[in-house]
Amino acid sequence: MTKSGFVIANLFRKRTRTILTLLSVIMAFVLFGLLQSVNSMFNAGADFVGATRLMTQARVSFTQALPVSMVPKIESVPGVARVAYSMWFGGIWQENTPLFVFAINPLRHRDAYPEYVMPEAQWQAFANTRTAMVAGKLLADQYHWKIGQKIPISSNIYPQKDGSKAWAFDLVGILDGKDDAWRRQTNVAFINADYFDEANQFNLKGRTNFFIIKLADGANAQAISKTIDAMFENSPDETKTQTEKDFNLGFVKQIGDIGLIVHWILFAVFFTLLLVVGNTMAQSVRERIPELAVLKTLGFSDASVLGFVLAEAFALCLFGGLVGLSLATALGAMVEKGSGGQFQVTLDGGVWFIGIVAIVVMSIAVGLLPALRARRLRIVDALAGR
Amino acid sequence: MSQALAITGLSIRSIPERWAPSLVIVIGLAGVVGVFTALLAMAEGFSSTLKATGRTDTVIIMRGGSDSEINSALSREQSDILEQQPGIRAAADGKPLASAELMVIAELIRKDDVNNGANITVRGVEPVAFALRPQLKIIAGRAFTPGLRELMVGEGVVRQFQGAGIGQLLRMRGSNWTVVGEFKSGDSHDSELWADVNVARSTFGRTGSSSVLAALDGPGGLDKLKSAIAAEPRLTVDVLGEQEYFSGQTKQFRQQIGFLAGLVTIIMALGAVFAALNSMYAAVAARSKEIATLRAIGFGGSPVLISVMIEALLLALAGGVLGAVLAYLLFNNLSVSTLGQNFTQVVFNFKVTPELVVRGLIIALLIGMVGGFLPALRAARAPVTSSLREQ
Repeated sequence: MTKSGFVIANLFRKRTRTILTLLSVIMAFVLFGLLQSVNSMFNAGADFVGATRLMTQARVSFTQALPVSMVPKIESVPGVARVAYSMWFGGIWQENTPLFVFAINPLRHRDAYPEYVMPEAQWQAFANTRTAMVAGKLLADQYHWKIGQKIPISSNIYPQKDGSKAWAFDLVGILDGKDDAWRRQTNVAFINADYFDEANQFNLKGRTNFFIIKLADGANAQAISKTIDAMFENSPDETKTQTEKDFNLGFVKQIGDIGLIVHWILFAVFFTLLLVVGNTMAQSVRERIPELAVLKTLGFSDASVLGFVLAEAFALCLFGGLVGLSLATALGAMVEKGSGGQFQVTLDGGVWFIGIVAIVVMSIAVGLLPALRARRLRIVDALAGR
Repeated sequence: MSQALAITGLSIRSIPERWAPSLVIVIGLAGVVGVFTALLAMAEGFSSTLKATGRTDTVIIMRGGSDSEINSALSREQSDILEQQPGIRAAADGKPLASAELMVIAELIRKDDVNNGANITVRGVEPVAFALRPQLKIIAGRAFTPGLRELMVGEGVVRQFQGAGIGQLLRMRGSNWTVVGEFKSGDSHDSELWADVNVARSTFGRTGSSSVLAALDGPGGLDKLKSAIAAEPRLTVDVLGEQEYFSGQTKQFRQQIGFLAGLVTIIMALGAVFAALNSMYAAVAARSKEIATLRAIGFGGSPVLISVMIEALLLALAGGVLGAVLAYLLFNNLSVSTLGQNFTQVVFNFKVTPELVVRGLIIALLIGMVGGFLPALRAARAPVTSSLREQ
């Protein structure tokens, strides 16, 4: 019998116990995977954006709109390649489903976001049709929108000139992302800022919530941010410019201390898990003391007996951990799909990596004490049952 | 029954000798109940903060279809017309007890953060706003002076965010505002900054307001007001009971946290059931000789079954109590903030209520029951002779 065969055979001598332990490990890792992916959404969820874009908003709050007339001023700053802008529309689908709808300048947006993929003809149609709308693929798929349809969308903020908040737009294009991370960013829709500007009843002509500034290269992001903010200092429209990554992170952080709570849950889960598996390992070593003594009598070294016990712990954690993480991946994908991309809890490589680290750390934590005990065994005492 | 009690007494007295597997049940269940209680205590705290806001005899009036104040805008003309409608109570000076308020947003930085701003409600109010909210008390400093760029801050803002202490300057739209007072209202206004409505209007370049808060003149006031507004062609507005408006904002958060709590609790509970099964099987196996001896001297199978179940339930209950106590010690009254309906921060405290604790304990007992049953069955059915002969 090989050494690994020996380890596995030992694991399954008490089948019920091993299976039950495995199941608890699996459950713990399902939870670990899901929570860790939520956690990484809060901490580093903005990783997919590069450093080549800046976001400018009103310093007091992005809800305070800035004049679009700032565009040429910002564009004159050395290092700025293109300036796009975007205004929150407050889109509502059917009764009460909020949608991410922004009023934008189509061609500026196309230039600022090369990560969004759409045929040039559709961009042109978007730019040349006043009532046009383009939808991200996720959104279009979720509501079965087709190009050429008139899409009714209400705004919970802006009435049209006649006082009605029920708007409708012609869908002229469907936007996709260049890779997985960007495909997930396609739960948005865009409308024409010029049309929105003249058709809404409000007196905030030519204003927008955000400027999206595409830089020639990412090297001078800090300096350019400072230059832009300095241009508007001491005016009512003071600005705050951040890299796109910081901006996204700040946005997610608004949700608040959820990260803290997730940490506590993870802690509780792990502590519990450690105890369960640790107890099982300790028990199985206790029961096998005479056997381990026999192994030593046969000439197995102290180190290899220690190795057997550690290997058992590792096998248990590894198998349970991998199955758990896989289940979490499937579950996360289901949640993400079911929510139309609102809850992005896909387990990416980063979460898997942390998961693997957790498996290794856990194996050592639960296996080390029983393994040391096995190594320290004195043959005479153990055989005598002392 | 007396047999069951006798065996239970025996097994409980022997728990200290096999404390490790018993501890697994206790800690496992403490984890489940602690997490469950903590998550729902968060939802509970958020709801009760918002529900405390708003009285039953006041209404909030916003532009039709706005859902929240931040989306709403009323012109000066509209709010003037609104304040003259029938159904609104008159103040002592004969003017209507109604306040046109402007809600805008400013960013403050959390105490534990360095550069990410969080949205804070800035509420521009008329003097009558204080009469409409008698629960609001100034606890330090003074009220703002009308016409000056002065702010009063809610105590929740002071607790959670930087730069909002009395005497500090806040920068908004190219000008400095001085914090002159701190107030406490015990509801969601504690998460707000208050200023004079006219100064807020001129600073933020707005002419109208976001909403009108009005007191009703008695139980029939709401119907009177609603029908008067419906007959007024210059107004397309929604009239909502103030309390109803704030309670309505809790639904989405409750659902989200409820979903998270449900998912996490189910997964953890499954894990705990497996751990409990494991431990109880081990406990039964360790005592197989003892149980067989009892059976041999005349104890029945069902008292054995009952005693194992009782042991599992007691351990589960102990774990549940431990979890609830931990959740209470760690989380009760913990102050946090999250985004509310207006896309601004709402500061609230976790609330571990007795009802939540009871629900947590029920979950613990259910897990104990499931985890105890199969091992109990095995113990009761184990053949006496072979168990006695085992090493």
